[in-house]
Amino acid sequence: MASVTFHDVEKAFGTVKAVDGVNFTITEGEFVCLLGPSGCGKTTTLRLIAGLEKATGGSIHIGDLDVTHLAAKDRDIGMVFQDYALYPHMTIGENIGYPLKVRNVPTDARATRIGEVAKNLQIDKLLERRPGEISGGQQQRTSVARAVVHEPQVFLFDEPLSNLDAKLRLEARSFLKHLQREVGVTAVYVTHDQAEAMALADRIAVMNEGRIVQMAPPLEVYHRPGTTFVANFLGSPPMNLLPATVALDGGARFVGEAFTVAMPSHVETAVRQHLSDGTQVTVGIRPEHLDLSRDAVPGGFQGPLYALETLGPESLVTLKVGDELLTVRIFSDDAPQLADTVHAAFDPEKLHVFRENGERIPVE
Amino acid sequence: MTRATRTPPSQAQRAARFVLGRITFYVGSSLFAAFFVLPLLWLTVAPFSTLANLDLRLPDPWSLQNFERVFENGFAIRALVQNSMIQGFGAMLLVTLTATLAAYALSRANIPGTTAITYGLVLFSSVVTGTAAMVPIFLMIVQLGLIDTHLGVILVFTGGLLPAAVFIMRDFVDSIPRSYEESAMVAGASSWRVFRDIALPIVRPGMMVVGVWAFVQVWGGFLIPFILLRDADKMPASVAIYSFYTEAGTPLITLTAAYSLLYTLPVLLLYLFVNWRYGFRFFGGIKS
Amino acid sequence: MQRRPILSLPTGALFMLPAGIFIVAFILLPFFWIAAVSFTNRTLTGRTAVNPEFVGLDNYLRLFDASRFLNSGEFGASLLITGQFVFFSAIIGQAFLGLALAWFFFNRKGWIQNTVTTIAIIAWIMPDVVVAFAWFAFLNGDGGTLNQILGFFGLPTPDWLLDLPLVSVIIFNIWRGTAFSMLLFSSALGAIPPSYLETANVVGASTWQRLRDIILPMIRSHIVTALILITLWTFNTFTPFLLTGGGPSYQTEVVSIYTYRTAFQFFRFGSGAAVGMVMMIINLGFALVYLSLLRTQRRSA
Repeated sequence: MASVTFHDVEKAFGTVKAVDGVNFTITEGEFVCLLGPSGCGKTTTLRLIAGLEKATGGSIHIGDLDVTHLAAKDRDIGMVFQDYALYPHMTIGENIGYPLKVRNVPTDARATRIGEVAKNLQIDKLLERRPGEISGGQQQRTSVARAVVHEPQVFLFDEPLSNLDAKLRLEARSFLKHLQREVGVTAVYVTHDQAEAMALADRIAVMNEGRIVQMAPPLEVYHRPGTTFVANFLGSPPMNLLPATVALDGGARFVGEAFTVAMPSHVETAVRQHLSDGTQVTVGIRPEHLDLSRDAVPGGFQGPLYALETLGPESLVTLKVGDELLTVRIFSDDAPQLADTVHAAFDPEKLHVFRENGERIPVE
Repeated sequence: MTRATRTPPSQAQRAARFVLGRITFYVGSSLFAAFFVLPLLWLTVAPFSTLANLDLRLPDPWSLQNFERVFENGFAIRALVQNSMIQGFGAMLLVTLTATLAAYALSRANIPGTTAITYGLVLFSSVVTGTAAMVPIFLMIVQLGLIDTHLGVILVFTGGLLPAAVFIMRDFVDSIPRSYEESAMVAGASSWRVFRDIALPIVRPGMMVVGVWAFVQVWGGFLIPFILLRDADKMPASVAIYSFYTEAGTPLITLTAAYSLLYTLPVLLLYLFVNWRYGFRFFGGIKS
Repeated sequence: MQRRPILSLPTGALFMLPAGIFIVAFILLPFFWIAAVSFTNRTLTGRTAVNPEFVGLDNYLRLFDASRFLNSGEFGASLLITGQFVFFSAIIGQAFLGLALAWFFFNRKGWIQNTVTTIAIIAWIMPDVVVAFAWFAFLNGDGGTLNQILGFFGLPTPDWLLDLPLVSVIIFNIWRGTAFSMLLFSSALGAIPPSYLETANVVGASTWQRLRDIILPMIRSHIVTALILITLWTFNTFTPFLLTGGGPSYQTEVVSIYTYRTAFQFFRFGSGAAVGMVMMIINLGFALVYLSLLRTQRRSA
């Protein structure tokens, strides 16, 4: 296994920069997810690691080796493609063994290794079948088997679960995590599904417009998002973000269009440090850190009910605060009793403050 | 504005229209079918008759004597079984291989001006047809010393068939998902290996189509062997049949009919095979 | 989006090499060679075989010599014959018949449609020589199938190949090539969304109105494509040679046969090349029209 290092890597397609100055180091054995919306550059970054795209600037290292100009076939990586890319004219066994065949591994050794890997992935009974004859989940595992069989330095995954149906996706997800744990190889995983990234990654690299916006362990990215973009991308439903103005005269508070929220003391300290009276900010609070109240909450939120969604283990209550929507997550078996006006209180420890440009103010 | 009303047809009117429609359909179909079948009828019975004549008559008695005599005729048999086959298969192999390689390159390598090349190919191959270019082709083959050789014929046929073959193969290559080849590259295969192990097996149906089409074109081709060959020993069946019915007299008529039937058989069988396997589809709207 | 090519440029060039050589040799080279030869008086034997002389536009002038242009057996007559041949057999014959067949069997799939289609295709793919031979027998004045049938109905039974050679050749070519337009129009008709026709039905349009107002406009581009292609092919076809040899008395000598006669019966390569060149220029005209149509089609697609 090896580390992966990007140094000022750039990839331009004509005048468009798909990857615009990306720097990171993925340590050995680490599982990193590249997360972001379509077109953010995450797939291009993955293909740059694989050698399927050629960087137009910067350098890429796998371990100590500078691979920037090395062809894909010489980079010793395993890759799982979104459509699995299983060759229809070969059996499952032959598909899995192809990387070994190309490396001229003798037939016996090949067969042993294929058997090993197949057993691990529970597809050992399917070796004589063709890709068209097996299920989606089995195809996906075959694809993984082919990626592992030659014991590469790095694993690459290009949205490998997006072609599976929801239930299968969850099973496959925990299986992949278990596998990576066992084998302990460095893995880079591209996805647009934030739940997947949260579940699998040791670190998440959130990307937007060709750049890494924040790269940190899942819980940090979740609880201390570096920008409003990250805050909005992670979590389902996403964080509530409301524009407000800082008011420091009299009681320290945030004044929004239809609410006034008292600043908790630790927040006040940070605000006084970084901002001044009258600054525009964005206030953030996650739905699960809000709670409903029967009576009016001073320094909290209130507004007419917009929508009630009962999902089973939880319900989502959305109220209109001025022009903005505020979503509250209630964990309860019963549907909440609601009046026309809804009152919501928040956990002061969980309040976030973002500058106008989206940057978060550290309040710890 | 007046509301334009139509009185709906009565039950009787509808029934009459239906019957009329049906009759028209059957009569029309019969006429069309007759149009296409009639000229071929003679060819289906004449080979089995020992009387040498041109009218349509049921053979009496039905006999296979004509076929026997065909097989006895060394020139005829050699033309059919050896020469046509050599030229047909030779061109088929050459066309299929070179067209697949070229189509793969056009599709997978970023060759500058692929559009220009494709359009240029269509343009030039429509302009420089076998009939328009018969003089320079003849002169060129003479210069190369390939006049009166199988190779000369094969090469000229290949040159003429390639543009269309590349066109057809290009479609097939384009339909291979790139991830297949990319995963092979990641697995460690070189470009040539990727082509051989992954791309080639997947476009095999396309190669079959091109191969069969090329074979049929050469098998039935007349002008090229006609002007490039002198020695009777090298004449393919198409030229042989022509010489039979233009030079030889009436006595050979039914013999020639039998020979023609044998000669047509492979083409018919191939058509049925391709139709059964792949259906007679249109590739890019141009199938010749 | 430009992706990293799967083949590197040098490897790609290598892959294209064999095909490239063929195409240069058999398509590009002849194109330039013919221009060169057409300006000489080259022949197969004799002094001018070894030392062909440059004669400028002599060959072309002789082709278009006004005083003899339309005489039987000359180039002008051949052009006239070819014009009639192409117009009646390709444009009116094949295209029209193909469309008629496609329309006739539109939405009436079944064994009858299959049979007629199969027979038409067989007529199309059978080797040239066999088809010509079959028609030779079919059209025979004394006892050919056609005259047997006509005689049965008391209709006149001319010696087709002698008395009406051009008509025979035209009908022969229609019979031969209709399958192509039939298949083309069939798939074009099949591509019309059924809802368009159903709407017309609901509105109350008659069959003829449907054909005229909806179907024809929608397949117009296909019609034009078919016409150009068929015209190009028919113009270049050599098959009539197998039926009539260009006769009798040059009455069916289409340009391809004229080229052959000039070059290979009198071995006047210089003149033959000149004719070939004229053919190519005419082909070029057709091809350019076709290409510009392809481009506009692709753009609007």
